Order: sequence, then C-alpha cells, then structure tokens
Amino acid sequence: MKISKVIELINGEILIGSIDDSINFAFSSDLMSDVLAFVNEDTALLTGLVNNQVIRTAEMLDLRTIIFVRGKVPPQEVVNLAKERGMTLLITNFTMFESSGVLFKNGIEALRISNE
Amino acid sequence: MNSFITNNDGIVLKYVVGNDDFSIVGEVSSKIKNVLKQLNIDNKLIRRVSIATYEAEVNVAIHSLGGYIEVTITENEIKIKIRDNGPGIKDTKLAMEKGYSTASNKARELGFGAGMGLPNMKRCSDEFKIESKFGEYTELNMKFIK
Ligand SMILES: Nc1ncnc2c1ncn2[C@@H]1O[C@H](COP(=O)(O)OP(=O)(O)OP(=O)(O)O)[C@@H](O)[C@H]1O
Ligand SMILES: [Mg+2]
Repeated sequence: MKISKVIELINGEILIGSIDDSINFAFSSDLMSDVLAFVNEDTALLTGLVNNQVIRTAEMLDLRTIIFVRGKVPPQEVVNLAKERGMTLLITNFTMFESSGVLFKNGIEALRISNE
Repeated sequence: MNSFITNNDGIVLKYVVGNDDFSIVGEVSSKIKNVLKQLNIDNKLIRRVSIATYEAEVNVAIHSLGGYIEVTITENEIKIKIRDNGPGIKDTKLAMEKGYSTASNKARELGFGAGMGLPNMKRCSDEFKIESKFGEYTELNMKFIK
C-alpha cells in the first residue's frame, strides 16, 4: 500500500519521507524491546512513543516507516535523526487501535509471532 | 570511536558506553552498524548483530554504571564483547528469562523493560555467554558466524 493511501486511511500527515514509498506489514507497540524481539520483515511501526529510541530501534531493524499515533508529535531532534536515515514519518490523531484496525481492514498484514 | 586497531586478528573497534545521557543511547550501535555496512557484510547478519548490540548497549545505559563495547571482525566471524563496571547481576539465569525485568520507570518511559533484551541477544547470536559478579561487573560475549 502506498504511503499516500495510508495517510488517507488514518487521516494522517507526513512529516518527512516520500508518499510514493509503500508498506505491506505493520507492527504496533510502545515497547521497543518487543519491536526488537518480534519484527522480522520490512514492516511499518505504529507507536505512541516519540523519543530517539524509536528511531534507533527502527534503524537497527532497517525499518523505514514510522506512524506516530494518538496525536503524538516527535520533537525536531527526533525528526532530524530519522531524516538522516531516510525514514518516512507519519502522524495521526487516531488511537493505536483505530490506526491499526483501519490499516488491517484495508490489507496491511500482521506479523506472526513464533514462540520458540 | 575510542579506538580502532587492525592486526592479524582482524579489525578491533572499542567504544565507551555511558549511563548518564539516555538520549544518546544507540549511538554506539549505530556507529558499529555503519562500519559493518562499509565492510559489505551481509545485510541479514548486520541486522542480527545490530539488534543484539543495541539491546546490550541499552542494558549498559539503563542497568549499569557504564562500560564499553568491543567489536572484533575477522574473516569468518564477528565477535561482540560488552563489559560494564557493575553493579552486576545476582542471578543470571533469572535475568535470561523472558519477561524478567528490574528496569526503572525512566527506562520504561523510553520503551524498555519488557525483559526481552537478553533472550533476544541469545536468539540473534550464534554463540552467547553471560558472566557476572554481583557488585563488580557484567560481561557478555556474543559470536556471529559470517
Ligand atoms: N548490564 C547489566 N547490569 C546489571 N543488570 C543487568 C544488566 N543487563 C541486564 N540486567 C538485569 O537483567 C534484567 C533482564 O535484562 P533484559 O535486557 O532481558 O530485560 P530489560 O532490560 O529489563 O528489558 P528489555 O531489554 O526488554 O527492555 C534487567 O531488568 C536487569 O535486572
Ligand atoms: Mg534490556
């Protein structure tokens, strides 16, 4: 799904990046160590956290798209860190639940957690 | 970077990790990741090393008094050693369990404290060793086969 479509669905805004990028999978969490433990595909990250650690986590996993939910807006310092890494950042007033729900309903896939 | 040595054993990089400024946590792992990229190492391997190194760096920053990360890159493997100046871990077996965490509220606000870091380092690496003396130090040694 094109980022432009994502923006439309979550009634969002783009802070940096490209609306021509696309995503197929998403993972929603405020726990960065869970993101680091479970995310293993080229996945968009939905989170309500807006600190440097979100960008660092995404960087380590090679994630390119982050959607900040619940009206949270990352400070400029955080945006700059993401910009240096070529990431796409979106913001939305939707809750984590609604953002995830609307994307899932429109075909964005979930990750499967393996329990070994 | 605090030191960079190339010798017969390969490339050895050493970085200091502090525990006072949470906003820079991850900088060392980021630098290490960039070095690995420049060496044209396989992306999947870089990703495993990066995840494990970052989890370890976060642990040093949030649980310890500070320490260092040493990376050794040879023809066949990447070795990561993380050593800190304490306070050490009383029961390393318990610390290795998924979900066990003593993280502070400040660390939790950053998105850490799920008790997933150490198990995740073990998952990502090909060899994992944890050694700690309570009151003195914690040392992790991880090996990644190229
Ligand atoms: N370097 C360290 N020094 C002292 N204690 C440590 C260190 N690393 C880990 N621990 C202890 O082991 C516990 C488990 O570590 P682990 O990394 O698995 O989880 P966490 O850091 O608490 O949360 P997460 O990694 O999921 O954000 C920690 O809560 C802490 O009590
Ligand atoms: Mg940890």
